Amino acid sequence: MNEIDTKFLEDSFKKYYFNHFDLISSPEHTSEREFGYQKFNSGMFRHISLKDEKELHLLFMQNIPSDVYCSNAYYSFPNSPMNEKDWKEADLIFDIDAKDLNLSCRKNHTISICNECNEVSKDVNQCVKCNSTKLEKKSLPCKNCIDASKIEVNKLSNVLIDDLGIDKENIYVYFSGNEGFHVYVFNSQFQKIGSKERSELVDYIMFRGAIPETFGMKKFKPNRSSFPDFNQKGWNGRFSKQVFGSKSKRSKIISELLNNGYSSFQKILDDVSENIGVKIDPNVTMDIHRIFRLPGSINSKSGLTKILCTNLTKFDPYTDACFLNDDSVEVLANCPIEFKLKNKKFGPYINEKISLPTYAAVYLICKKLATIA
Amino acid sequence: MLVLGQDEKAKYPFLADAGEYLKDKGFSLVQFGSDPVLKLSVEKALHRIKVAAAGEVYKSDLIDGQASKDYVLEREVFSFLLAIVLIKLTGMSTLIKRFALAEARRAENYLEKDLGNASNKSKIDLATRIIYDLFNIEIIKEEDFFVIPVSDYLRHSVTFHEREWKLINRHVENGKVFLTPDKTVRLIRKELGNYISSKIINAPKPSMIPGLESIVNELILISKKLTPTYTITTGEYPPCIKHAIDVLEKGENLPHSGRFMLATFLLSRGQTVQQIAPLFKNAPDYNPRVTLYQLNHLAGTSGSATKYACPSCEKLKTQDLCFITKECDNIINPLQFGKKRKL
Repeated sequence: MNEIDTKFLEDSFKKYYFNHFDLISSPEHTSEREFGYQKFNSGMFRHISLKDEKELHLLFMQNIPSDVYCSNAYYSFPNSPMNEKDWKEADLIFDIDAKDLNLSCRKNHTISICNECNEVSKDVNQCVKCNSTKLEKKSLPCKNCIDASKIEVNKLSNVLIDDLGIDKENIYVYFSGNEGFHVYVFNSQFQKIGSKERSELVDYIMFRGAIPETFGMKKFKPNRSSFPDFNQKGWNGRFSKQVFGSKSKRSKIISELLNNGYSSFQKILDDVSENIGVKIDPNVTMDIHRIFRLPGSINSKSGLTKILCTNLTKFDPYTDACFLNDDSVEVLANCPIEFKLKNKKFGPYINEKISLPTYAAVYLICKKLATIA
Repeated sequence: MLVLGQDEKAKYPFLADAGEYLKDKGFSLVQFGSDPVLKLSVEKALHRIKVAAAGEVYKSDLIDGQASKDYVLEREVFSFLLAIVLIKLTGMSTLIKRFALAEARRAENYLEKDLGNASNKSKIDLATRIIYDLFNIEIIKEEDFFVIPVSDYLRHSVTFHEREWKLINRHVENGKVFLTPDKTVRLIRKELGNYISSKIINAPKPSMIPGLESIVNELILISKKLTPTYTITTGEYPPCIKHAIDVLEKGENLPHSGRFMLATFLLSRGQTVQQIAPLFKNAPDYNPRVTLYQLNHLAGTSGSATKYACPSCEKLKTQDLCFITKECDNIINPLQFGKKRKL
């Protein structure tokens, strides 16, 4: 990123942090967390420990970071190298990202930027100008992406509450600042479990690794009575709703399942997993040493804020997470698709010089689709 | 501390304090080398070890878990304690492992029966107490099932490789896992084995008891026959690694976890960082400096000096990096691919 763009982003971020520090709450057990941050055009600074909110404030003001992160883990010595930190426990965190949901809308709002010649085009696998395959993909997620992500968040909450016994009050949903949501679970029985155990939990939530016997299909002498029913709790109930549809169809479908046999049932389980399994990013939940974007901080991929969603249904990231000001700036924009921020439509812009409010200019510059004119 | 009845000591002899038990009965170890009546217990101990060494479970003289006569009970406990003494005298770790496993299986049978005994609450209580005292798992009986917190279940089940032990294949409700008595006990098999083997390992090594030399020598011979195994390697790459190399060769994006797998696999196979680095040159975001830094980090030649291990098949499945074929032959880590165990 060129110096002028960097300076503009830093100034805009600084203003936000100055005016909205109330949105950044230091996490519980601040002094036991590892913090990290990035500056524009620079690498990651990690293994930082902070005593309290004051020190956190200072970190923002002194460094004007592009991104700030905080561990889900609690350590005895958060600023020591990883193997000397003395891991104690970690909050359980899930990442739901629109890009992992195989949505058909994605191709309409994904842009390819060629690493060789910087040509910007709508989603392609090869640069239209120089034929290079080294492309950087940028997405401007649409309402459909956000709605589909919300559905996954709700599916996740159901499994967490009904199956895993988590109190609703201990589940916090944050908009990630870009294309999805981070779901935090505090004070659960899972605080102290390690990475392997979390990976098993992930498979449970994603409905992966199910065997036919679990859902009533025995290998030898299968019978009708062992199949699940609608009123059952957990995956049995959800499986019934998905596979049988309605009570009247249950009996007929069980007959079909029995006729088709064991291996075809396994295939059904794998297919069903796509629909009823919750689409979380497994690597995120398994990682007990990861640092996560700090709630209240800006995501430099978009200029939007990672923010707590108190009412998920009504939440609209393009108004509720967009906090930068409206001061007008001149940019040279090259964004072949339309987008909406603060209820205002922008674009498409084909290599044109235009005047945009700061929040929209930041959004495009963060996506590498504009530069300050 | 658990207070054990007569029968319980015979069923779960590893819970008894060995030294105290002998003292209570008025015996010393030396007597077992010479006293012809006590020698019966020595023979029983020898039998107990031989059965374990053969990979089987020793069948005791208890009938329905009850000792018919006091001396039967005594011999049950004596033979266990003596078996430990004999194994200690051989100093063979293979025997410790086999014996601990077999005794764990034997105890497992009793625990399972006690848990499944719907009519006898005190037996259920004792079995759940043993599990709580030894392994810190709280089990609560709920109708026909035993329920345990999901986190406790996961801590123990993650080491199992059979799919039926995956959490998805259990009834889970409100933070609890519902288990039948046999599954409850199976869950702690490894810990039970570990508990028994640590008891043996930590027991003081006695000096040779006159009269038992030939038995000890016989056991050493048995143990030596059990040990050697070797493996042969075909040198071929497993499908997950082939797939990762394919993706990179095509210039497509391989996720971070895939690169981690590939690099740790090749490092473990003895390749150097310089040999591996060129593989990544087709990656869309290739940066030679970053690649070398990361490879050196994984190899433990920079940073924390930790050498990273190749992820298990289970982990790779979760990361969508597993492309299992029948050649994989139930391996649990890609590094085992193509290695055939020969006895």
